[in-house]
Amino acid sequence: MTRLAERRGELIDRSTPVTFGWRGEQVTGLAGDTIASALLDAGVKVLSRSFKYHRPRGLLCCSGQCPNCLVQVDGEPAVRACMTPVADGMQVDPINAWPSLDSDILHAVGRATPSFGMQVGFYYKTFIRPRWAWKYYEKFLRNAAGLGKLDPAHRRTGRFEKVHRHVDVLVIGGGESGLEAAIAAARDGRETALVEEGLALGGRLAFSGPAAATRAGDLAAQAQEAGVEIVQPAWAGGVYEGNLVPVYQRNTMYRFRAGEIVIATGVVEQPLVFGKNDLPGVMLGSAARRLVNQFRIVPGERAVVVTADDLGIDAACDLAEAGMEVVAVADLRDGEEDERLALCGIEHLTGFAPVEARGRKEVTGVVVARGSERQSLSADMLVMSGGTVAQWGMLVQAGGSVRYDRERRVYVPDRVPEGVRVLGEAVGTQSAVPAKADAARSTQFVCYCEDVTTKDVHLSVDEGFASLELSKRYTTVTMGPCQGKMCHRNSGLLIARELGVDPDEERAGVTTARPPHNPTSFSLLAARGYEPVKRTAIHHWHAEQGGKMLWAGDWKRPYDYGESEEETAAVHESLGLIDVSTLGKLIVRGPEAAALLERLYPNRYGDMKLARVRYGIVCGDDGSILDDGTVARLSETEYYVTTTSSGAGGMEQWFTWWNAVWNMDCQIVNVTSAIAAVNLAGPNARTALAKLTSFDLSNEAFPYLGAGHAEIAGVPCLILRIGFVGELGYEIHYPTAAGEYLWERLMEAGAEFGVKPFGLEPQRVLRLEKGHVIIGQDTNAESQPFEAGMPWIVKLDKENDWIGRYAIEWYQRRGERFALVGFEGRNGAVPKEGAQIIGADGDPAGRVTSTRFSRRLGKTIGLAWVPAALSEDGTAITISDPSGATIPATVTHGAFYDPDGELLRS
Amino acid sequence: MSFLLQCPSCGRRPVDEFSYGGEVTVRPKSSEDERALFGYLYFKQNVAGPQREWWFHSSGCREWFQAERDTRSNQVLQTAPPGGLA
Repeated sequence: MTRLAERRGELIDRSTPVTFGWRGEQVTGLAGDTIASALLDAGVKVLSRSFKYHRPRGLLCCSGQCPNCLVQVDGEPAVRACMTPVADGMQVDPINAWPSLDSDILHAVGRATPSFGMQVGFYYKTFIRPRWAWKYYEKFLRNAAGLGKLDPAHRRTGRFEKVHRHVDVLVIGGGESGLEAAIAAARDGRETALVEEGLALGGRLAFSGPAAATRAGDLAAQAQEAGVEIVQPAWAGGVYEGNLVPVYQRNTMYRFRAGEIVIATGVVEQPLVFGKNDLPGVMLGSAARRLVNQFRIVPGERAVVVTADDLGIDAACDLAEAGMEVVAVADLRDGEEDERLALCGIEHLTGFAPVEARGRKEVTGVVVARGSERQSLSADMLVMSGGTVAQWGMLVQAGGSVRYDRERRVYVPDRVPEGVRVLGEAVGTQSAVPAKADAARSTQFVCYCEDVTTKDVHLSVDEGFASLELSKRYTTVTMGPCQGKMCHRNSGLLIARELGVDPDEERAGVTTARPPHNPTSFSLLAARGYEPVKRTAIHHWHAEQGGKMLWAGDWKRPYDYGESEEETAAVHESLGLIDVSTLGKLIVRGPEAAALLERLYPNRYGDMKLARVRYGIVCGDDGSILDDGTVARLSETEYYVTTTSSGAGGMEQWFTWWNAVWNMDCQIVNVTSAIAAVNLAGPNARTALAKLTSFDLSNEAFPYLGAGHAEIAGVPCLILRIGFVGELGYEIHYPTAAGEYLWERLMEAGAEFGVKPFGLEPQRVLRLEKGHVIIGQDTNAESQPFEAGMPWIVKLDKENDWIGRYAIEWYQRRGERFALVGFEGRNGAVPKEGAQIIGADGDPAGRVTSTRFSRRLGKTIGLAWVPAALSEDGTAITISDPSGATIPATVTHGAFYDPDGELLRS
Repeated sequence: MSFLLQCPSCGRRPVDEFSYGGEVTVRPKSSEDERALFGYLYFKQNVAGPQREWWFHSSGCREWFQAERDTRSNQVLQTAPPGGLA
């Protein structure tokens, strides 16, 4: 097709052709075209098949409101063809059509059965019996339903981002009112952003001819000059609490926080309800005007206009000016003939309403009637305009409300919350004229998205769903992609009529337009988060030395260095080194530091000598174990606290909370990232470490559970003599900046002893041999210290109140029901962690939380929760493994390895 | 939930910068009264209306403070450092 002559207001660039694929064939449009305008220019009238009946559908609103032009672009479903600019090489495909857009089998099914089958409730009524047949029905229905296809192999390219924005004023809608408000706000010195969905600014001005386009251009220039930030094309998804508006633009979601939100969303032109009002070639007045004025396309040869207000007359004049033959304007209103129409020589049939469109795959004509007087007009295009409906959905989302203005027969804003303004046509200035649904025999669509017809609405009311809210739930009217933009008013009027109430006296009610305002890609909602991975200062050394790095909470830690067993053996026999920088580290300092710890831990810290370290668990007030670690006393008023690797943030929060609750004179500083830590462990640990420091490491000077400041290889360190892994060990804490440096010095010093770096897995085996628990693996939210086998840590005789005390006292009175015990396997098999312990009655009675085969001990060892009755040392238990095997085991108490801790103290 | 919260140290910030710390409660002084103990541990007032609660500014100053918030509208009536609510 050829385009009309160049004119102000057009969006196309005639010098730049753009070629894209439509159903695999090449189509050429112009830069500035949308997919829909380029396709129409290429003579494509059918763009999709409808949701339920698979009826052919063509361009209807041309402004992104209706579902008719949803297409699949480069594998992405539900793209609005009328809002998406064409790009070279894009592949566009229709949705919901099988085997092809031209002949759809499901459409044939719908045609054969509409009178009895596919009406509302069809699925519920038809497929319920016989029950066994559902699995066959389901296959068919899954195929028939839905819009577009998700290709599992399809991968989005590019990155999706979230951006936080803060502005004084956010204007939603770039029409005349929105632009004026934005200009005024910006000139007032307020930081202002304006969001416009369309490809042109100016709203209706942008498609109403050259003079209006000039005015739109002027406003846009003024806005630019005033410093308004124009976000376009982009759409506001909705209004959320705290004046939060997500704005979607290409691959970015902007989270706008606005001091003031200006809702200038204007109106949406409404369809009329008549027979076959969905045939390709039936189009809204504004759509026709957009095609003529913005894309310079003549959308047909002979047009008939049916209208309920002046918008249809505007469209008729534009089409006539573009050279189309406008056969007549059938006007639902009675009254004088319009002068502009007379000037263009167009017949004005006042008082006429459309009865039905003619045609099978496309419009070939229309029947209009005034009372019993009928006229049949032939045309290849039918332009309809059913008045407009103000878009106040965002006002309601913002917490406002609307009321029905009886005089003007529209909804107008009622309560407008603080920080929100509603402007322009969105306030309901345009009078909406009800559509007259006449008695056509053919199908009349109320809702294009969900294929709801007047018959469906009638049936729903007939079956007792006697309000819009109920009928909506039954028929799904207003529940499709348009969220009621094209069907809310008409369905309300229709239900009022079915109920026999005067729509103006007793409204059938309104439904809520929920966010998102438009189809929104999940990729945008799930845009990249900001949770960076944590790496220790020694991370790169691990990676270079073959460490198998895996996630441990937010951290990356080496599982092992490829030889778990040798690493474990090295610790037992000579020397191993592990990076424990991931431990949480808190400094608790102040006159009341000791008092705070006394209240946070079930054991004592106030009586601790300086330069000592003590193990501790932290309980919740319900007595459950939250975390564990060590506490070293550095001075009268300063403690160094370590937590589990994943517990650092939570413990800092916990400590500071109670510090605030009790208002204690104490400061808590989280130094987790500032301090690196390594554990040098094994019989040769002392000899190796002594090479690097003048600090007296002898057992007499620095015994087990000692804590001391020392310089090691020139690095200031805090050494804790503790032994999570069961051998003589030194946990060395030092500045992160020296992380890799000191690690390498220790490796060098240990070389003569065959030192091996060891990872998480060897550490798990070593600690299990000692019966040391891992909080969160061997305990859960119900584990309290007595049942977890740590009665020695709970000092119920402490004089002060401490967190968890009262619940633990209560548990002690009640008696223990379960116990965390050790077990040894009796047949060499290693059960899976999580395997069940079988009780006397054969039912699951407990569970295995940790288990490994210990080479050192030559047997399977583990920890398990068992009922109190099975918790005695030496009790025989049975483990039911997920593999199906039954594994006999014996309950043990205490450590499996070095039970008296002689090695630790050596 | 996307309301704004006034941190006493940092000012008005989106709620997703904060962690909720639960209702402001009073700890029982012993384990004698079972009802009081378990009421404190497990039964929340869950009022429909103004509620006093703890908040932690986790993505900010990392300080605890208290807020009075209407649970029906998420309107924050006041915030203050611990113990400072009017």
